Amino acid sequence: MQSTSEKTKLIRPSNWVVCFGMTVAVCSWNPAAGAENKAAEKTSSSAATDAEKPATEGSIVEFIDQQLRQGWVDNEIQPSEAATDEEWIRRIYLDLCGRIPTLEEANGFLKDESPRKRFVLIETLLAHEDYVRNFTTIWTNNSIGRGAPRRVSRTGMEKFYREAFAKERPWNEIVVDIVTASGHYEENGAVNYTLAQMQMPDDGVQLTAMTTRLFLGLQVQCTQCHNHPFNKWQQDQFWEYNSFFRQVRKEDHRKLDPNTGRMVDDYSEVTWQDFSGPVYYEKRSGVMQVAFPRFEGHEVDPGADTDRRIEFGKLLTESIDGQPPHIAQAMVNRMWSHFFGYGFTRPVDDMGPHNPASHPELLLRLSQEFVASGYNIKQLIRTICATEAYGLGSQFNDKNKTDDPAAGEMPLFSHLYLKSMQAEQMYDSLIVASNAHQSGRGGWSAQEEQRQKWMQQFVVAFENDENDESTTFNGTIPQALMMMNSELIDKACSIERGSFLFETMSKPGSEPQKIQDLYLAALSRHPTRSEISKVQKMLNANSYRTNKLNGYQDLFWALLNSNEFVLIH
Amino acid sequence: MSLWNNYGMNRRHFMQHMATAAATIPAMNFLSHVQANADVVKANQKSCILMWMGGGPPTIDIWDLKPESKNGGEFKPIDTAASGVQISEHMPETAKMFQDLSLVRSMSTREADHGRGRYYMQTAYVPNPTVVHPTFGSVVSYELGKNRTALEIPAFVSVDGGAGQAGFLGMTHAPFVVDNTGRIRNAPTEEGKIRLADRLTMLAEIESSFMASRRGELPGAHKDVYRNAVNLMTSKQMTAFDAAKAEASLGLEAESEATKEAYGKNGFGQGLLMARRLVQVGVPFVEVNMGGWDLHAGVFDTLKNQRLPQLDKGIAAITADLKQRGMLDNTVLVWMGEFGRTPRINQDVGRDHWAASWSVMMGGGGLKNGQAVGATDKDGLQIADGSKAYLPGDIWATVAMAMGIPVNTVHTSKRGRPMKLANGGTPIQELIG
Repeated sequence: MQSTSEKTKLIRPSNWVVCFGMTVAVCSWNPAAGAENKAAEKTSSSAATDAEKPATEGSIVEFIDQQLRQGWVDNEIQPSEAATDEEWIRRIYLDLCGRIPTLEEANGFLKDESPRKRFVLIETLLAHEDYVRNFTTIWTNNSIGRGAPRRVSRTGMEKFYREAFAKERPWNEIVVDIVTASGHYEENGAVNYTLAQMQMPDDGVQLTAMTTRLFLGLQVQCTQCHNHPFNKWQQDQFWEYNSFFRQVRKEDHRKLDPNTGRMVDDYSEVTWQDFSGPVYYEKRSGVMQVAFPRFEGHEVDPGADTDRRIEFGKLLTESIDGQPPHIAQAMVNRMWSHFFGYGFTRPVDDMGPHNPASHPELLLRLSQEFVASGYNIKQLIRTICATEAYGLGSQFNDKNKTDDPAAGEMPLFSHLYLKSMQAEQMYDSLIVASNAHQSGRGGWSAQEEQRQKWMQQFVVAFENDENDESTTFNGTIPQALMMMNSELIDKACSIERGSFLFETMSKPGSEPQKIQDLYLAALSRHPTRSEISKVQKMLNANSYRTNKLNGYQDLFWALLNSNEFVLIH
Repeated sequence: MSLWNNYGMNRRHFMQHMATAAATIPAMNFLSHVQANADVVKANQKSCILMWMGGGPPTIDIWDLKPESKNGGEFKPIDTAASGVQISEHMPETAKMFQDLSLVRSMSTREADHGRGRYYMQTAYVPNPTVVHPTFGSVVSYELGKNRTALEIPAFVSVDGGAGQAGFLGMTHAPFVVDNTGRIRNAPTEEGKIRLADRLTMLAEIESSFMASRRGELPGAHKDVYRNAVNLMTSKQMTAFDAAKAEASLGLEAESEATKEAYGKNGFGQGLLMARRLVQVGVPFVEVNMGGWDLHAGVFDTLKNQRLPQLDKGIAAITADLKQRGMLDNTVLVWMGEFGRTPRINQDVGRDHWAASWSVMMGGGGLKNGQAVGATDKDGLQIADGSKAYLPGDIWATVAMAMGIPVNTVHTSKRGRPMKLANGGTPIQELIG
């Protein structure tokens, strides 16, 4: 059983580095999976063959590996062993595509004996429609939340991100589009970010706080009322940022419903409003102060002819005292945290002199490379996935058990930290595990709508000007009840024609083979010999003697409910 | 103690037994036998009901009016049952209950951002990136939950909430969040429970190897949460969530229409009614959320027409009901939000975030009630000269004392750092007498 789970020799960094510049097939959006998928695989495989050239000295991946290794030496720890193919394939699918691999995808990868197969898979997944879907979900949630803020079009926001990721638009362009967006909320989906931050009339305070936090990685919201207690940020800085957003106007349109004769909500839009001169704010002492539009030392003409958001957008990409712009550092930090569970700062969106990064050199170098690449998101991902650290196993050893950021320690990235699946990942993984994706999931928006509807049971909105919310999907009882008893899990364990269990059971094959398929579909790994015999013993126990299918159903249920399934490792 | 409680202690053994048992004896009898074993809840158990006012309530318009000041706003103060204590004219029913309620009018808490303020008020600690502090409900669950052997449902229930985290105390002490209708989503059917026993047997076998692998605490925490979920859904204490159901062995009646009306037929009122039922079955900490307080605009109209009528009815009803049932002395009431609101009225006739000087309400719990502790100055802008300023830790230390949790308790963070209960706060002298 272990033959296909042998560790593949890591092929980084030699082949990775030179591939960064290569063109990857642009994913055209098509909800019908399968064919598209295979085409992408071919493209990237052939591209990969062209790229077998020697490693560049001093490459970014080598630099990261060397820096992290130094950290391990300095802290007298030893990294965990490299992840097995089985552990790695599950991880990369969840991180890039937001779901576990299908049985076929797992089998194909595990049987592949090419030493370059991990590299090939990353390219395949980056060209996969589920990559676009996954990052669209993540950034839509970041931008407007998971709930349903009033007068915001989730569809519009998703459409914007979907196009941005599918067309591989550079991150700086995406950010500038978002912060300067105007127009109808379905015609220009980018405006939904702004609309979501304007739930209450607050002179753009929430829009200022969220924009600096999400895109710049700066938490200046405390300086709205007072100078920052620990760093150089002063109260005026918040209001200087805020003054860029004072020309933003939210317009909610209504229309007559001919059936009821009543006025109902129509569309919303972001428009421009006249604003010039300074903004006024109050010091704690009660003294009124003024602030003009200014960003990192750059002053902007406060006159009526200036479109301040356009100017703000230009300033976002300026380097700061020779350092990469905030938007580059913030994205690098977030992206690192996406793959490792921890960024270089905690929290990931609170960067600055008061909160030093765990690995400042890595953050700097990655940010510089990100800027130099033209804010190429896929290239940043390739770099991170190519590091030694990302390929490590998730089990710690005697020599690195102290590397435990969950206990508050600074992360050293000497083993892969466990992450809990997000609700969307869980939903999509259950769909995949049960074959539902092959039996007509409907179009993209239908799927998205279904998932969003399901999602709402876990969202708690706080109804305040920060538009914040929380989810009860973090390893809580409601999550456990959903996994044990919901319609979704019933469907996943269905034995109806066309379901995964039905197909597996109807195929010829021995009992151990069927058990193996169930393990592969749920956990992307082969069961061990002792697991197989344990399971066989249970399946042949009294309770299942008369109905074997029930036994398999319960086995699949148990696999989907296991800690190994719900955790990303 | 019901058989299901063994799930965590001797899981494999128990579950195997369970699977066999379920197959050999008639299913329904088996389960009803399990349920009949539940103990009757002991009297004199202490509880706390937190009324959480998400968004930050304008306490200057509710508990600490300034009719003489330009900041005073539109409302007038009225007398309460406690001599010398006046509150808003829009809280007339609550005013009648003030012999059993108290105010702390000199809160000064510095965090005026929703997320940070919520964290600070609920944990008594300011946010710190390297550690997640437990919200106080989790502390109570940790301290008192283990002694409530008859309790089969979570020791910390949050109605319409969801922000609180158990932090370093572990996921089993996280709030169990329900909505105010009391409907538990995805609860199994009766046949579902039998099937579940078989499935859990399978699960215990399957996940043992991953649990034994060296991957930290998450795999084990997952098992603990499953155990709690199983306990919950097989318990007749589930009845407490549903106001329409009765369970004689637990002393729970189906609530009459009159009772529902008295609490107010809105989320907050029905949440409080559920809180009382949960306290009856022994839950030591219930949080009931009422939102909609982030009143940056139109504060007076919203208060007068929407928030305060519901608030008034709810507080008056829970206080009277607990008292009439003889439960009030054992149940501490706490009413707070993440901060108060600016004394100055803004251009939109709203009030913004304000943490420097505001009020918290407390009651019941055997405290010395019927008084207002501390004071703000004439315009409500700061704590009055000679008045002591209080922090959230002082409120929670007072609650701890009322609940019999030693105030000098120290917990240990995952990193081994000592963490004082309520951040080392001191019980408020005037309230503990």
